Amino acid sequence: MMQPQSHRFVEAAREAVDDQRLKKALGNMKAGFQNKRAATIAKLPEFQDLREQGRQLKDHVLAHLDAYLERFEAKVEESGGKVHWARTAGEAREAVAAICRAAGARTVTKGKSMVAEEIGLNEHLIAEGFTPIETDLGEYIIQLRGELPSHIIAPAIHLNREDVEETFRAHHTGLDPKRRLIEVPDFTNEARLILRQKFQEADVGITGANFLIAETGSTVIVTNEGNGDLTQNLPRVHVVVTSIDKVIPTLEDVSTLLRLLARSATGQEFSAYTTFSTGPKRPGDLDGPDAFHVVLVDNGRSALLGTEAQDVLRCIRCGACMNHCPVYGAIGGHAYGWVVPGPIGAALDPGIIGVKEARHLPNASTFCGKCAEVCPMKIPLPKIMHHWRVKEFETRVQPAKYRRGIGLWAFFARRPGLYRLGSRLGMALLGRLGRRRGRFRSLPLAGAWTRYRDFPAPEGGTFMAQYRKSGKAGQ
Amino acid sequence: MSARDQILSGIARARGSAADRAAVEERIARHQRNLIPSRADLPPAERVALFAHMALENAATVAEVATPADVPPAVRDFLAGHNLPARVKLAPDPSITGIDWSVVPTLETATGRAADADVTSVTAAMAGIAETGTLMLAGGPDSPTTLNFLPDNHIVVLRRDQVLGNYEEAWDLIRARFGEGAMPRTVNMVTGPSRTGDIEQTIQLGAHGPRRLHIILVGGDGGP
Repeated sequence: MMQPQSHRFVEAAREAVDDQRLKKALGNMKAGFQNKRAATIAKLPEFQDLREQGRQLKDHVLAHLDAYLERFEAKVEESGGKVHWARTAGEAREAVAAICRAAGARTVTKGKSMVAEEIGLNEHLIAEGFTPIETDLGEYIIQLRGELPSHIIAPAIHLNREDVEETFRAHHTGLDPKRRLIEVPDFTNEARLILRQKFQEADVGITGANFLIAETGSTVIVTNEGNGDLTQNLPRVHVVVTSIDKVIPTLEDVSTLLRLLARSATGQEFSAYTTFSTGPKRPGDLDGPDAFHVVLVDNGRSALLGTEAQDVLRCIRCGACMNHCPVYGAIGGHAYGWVVPGPIGAALDPGIIGVKEARHLPNASTFCGKCAEVCPMKIPLPKIMHHWRVKEFETRVQPAKYRRGIGLWAFFARRPGLYRLGSRLGMALLGRLGRRRGRFRSLPLAGAWTRYRDFPAPEGGTFMAQYRKSGKAGQ
Repeated sequence: MSARDQILSGIARARGSAADRAAVEERIARHQRNLIPSRADLPPAERVALFAHMALENAATVAEVATPADVPPAVRDFLAGHNLPARVKLAPDPSITGIDWSVVPTLETATGRAADADVTSVTAAMAGIAETGTLMLAGGPDSPTTLNFLPDNHIVVLRRDQVLGNYEEAWDLIRARFGEGAMPRTVNMVTGPSRTGDIEQTIQLGAHGPRRLHIILVGGDGGP
């Protein structure tokens, strides 16, 4: 399994901030995602009411999750498919490998699936002797580069054209080395050409699912490229790798969520392809897979039910929170060290990879609240990050230095008299030392601040002193 | 205990009570509509106009013809306009194969699922949805799904009276045709041609699926 690197967040974020190429790539995000989303939502007056209905709908599902999952399973089997349950990432990737073995597979094509990334599926399939090939353009590029996705809907958002050119020239060695790779169509046509062959060769096609429908036993994928449909229609076997939080009661309910998803994600009214798959090929069908499997992954999700973090299970993976996050915008997704980055990653990942590994992520937030404001499912992301911060403190996973710092602050915070005396003395000292220049270039214990900016020297008294002077105290 | 039972009992334990299957069955049986945006609450002619407008916004092209007999010339014009070979793979749907294609003698037709060499396909649609200019295509023996994705050019024949306002009306149509709780093997909701934004967030058409989506709307101007 891909080892999470979230414990390295602080170092990785520092490297990312200094990465000029990354800065350029992330610079496209405002025009690409934020503005388009705002413009499309402005055209749908019912958008805010749809958000509220979406929230209620998912809360209802989470309250009856077991019954909906059983209902979904029964309908999948009724349509000739098979459901495999996996408690852990290990069980999930082994379930997929077993299906590939039974099918006598060699080449396995894949549509974009964050659950497949989460369970480390590609590495396992390679170890078992299969050749998995990502077919979503962004996923294909990062597979060639041996990277994790840096965004849940735009996996290669951290790259510029020059980066992709390097990658294609290094890997597509059968093509003319003097070919043109400048404009965007040069890249998409080259990938189309290469992947067309793979779609035809594949024995097994693996996709994720955006939604599972209990009413009909259908799995739903939402894509723009059409790669998911080629992945699931051409091979003999279709495997859907998905998680237990994706189940939805009815076709009407999925319609409500679809109205929220594309608008929040890419700012489209609707994605190019929304595909509902129900079981394998039927009598008389001229195409389609002979077998249809659904691997239902838990991997820590059911343990979030009934906790303060339960609301993260409402997520429909649109990516709006990361598209609008000032922290994500500055460092990109890789610094988070795990599959789901950004605010939703900070709220979800501690539940999947553990509080210790993910300890920095809930702290990588200014609590500006923009993520919760744009979330189509109204997930209170800052509140959940706060929940994990409390958990971190309780389980003592933070470094001793942090804990001592917080402990020291808490000692004074509980003794207001001492606190005021301390801040009065501190301010007087800093005010005197900094009087000449008005600011500090460096300060002991405040290096993290003064490395990037000066620290202003205090003028006058403490807040409490000024407050009292203004005569407002006690009113 | 199996993985399945362990996951399900873990969920029940977190809730602290047994599963309420009756509530779940009731919600599914009722399949009540949630809020539906009002944008497509329009008289038929305007609904078709909204469908065409939204399809164009999504980079599809639209041609309007009076009768099914006018479809072959419209296909010929589309192919000629894009310098494409005068050869199409037809869906084995009676509404498509029932058209007299010989009125355009230069047009070569074959029927069946898509093969890699097929450049252009012609399929029927189950419905059009005005809300977002979306086509609803139901897979089956008459309508192989590969025709919707493998060829570079996808031509869809849609009658004006098949244009519905919203997705929910299309689900009712599917329930009426296939029964409660049943679905065709694939339902493809198609909104414009294939595209990607994966290179520097620049939208590029024709990623893996069709580079062009052409909709031929059949029916007089006087309404559906």
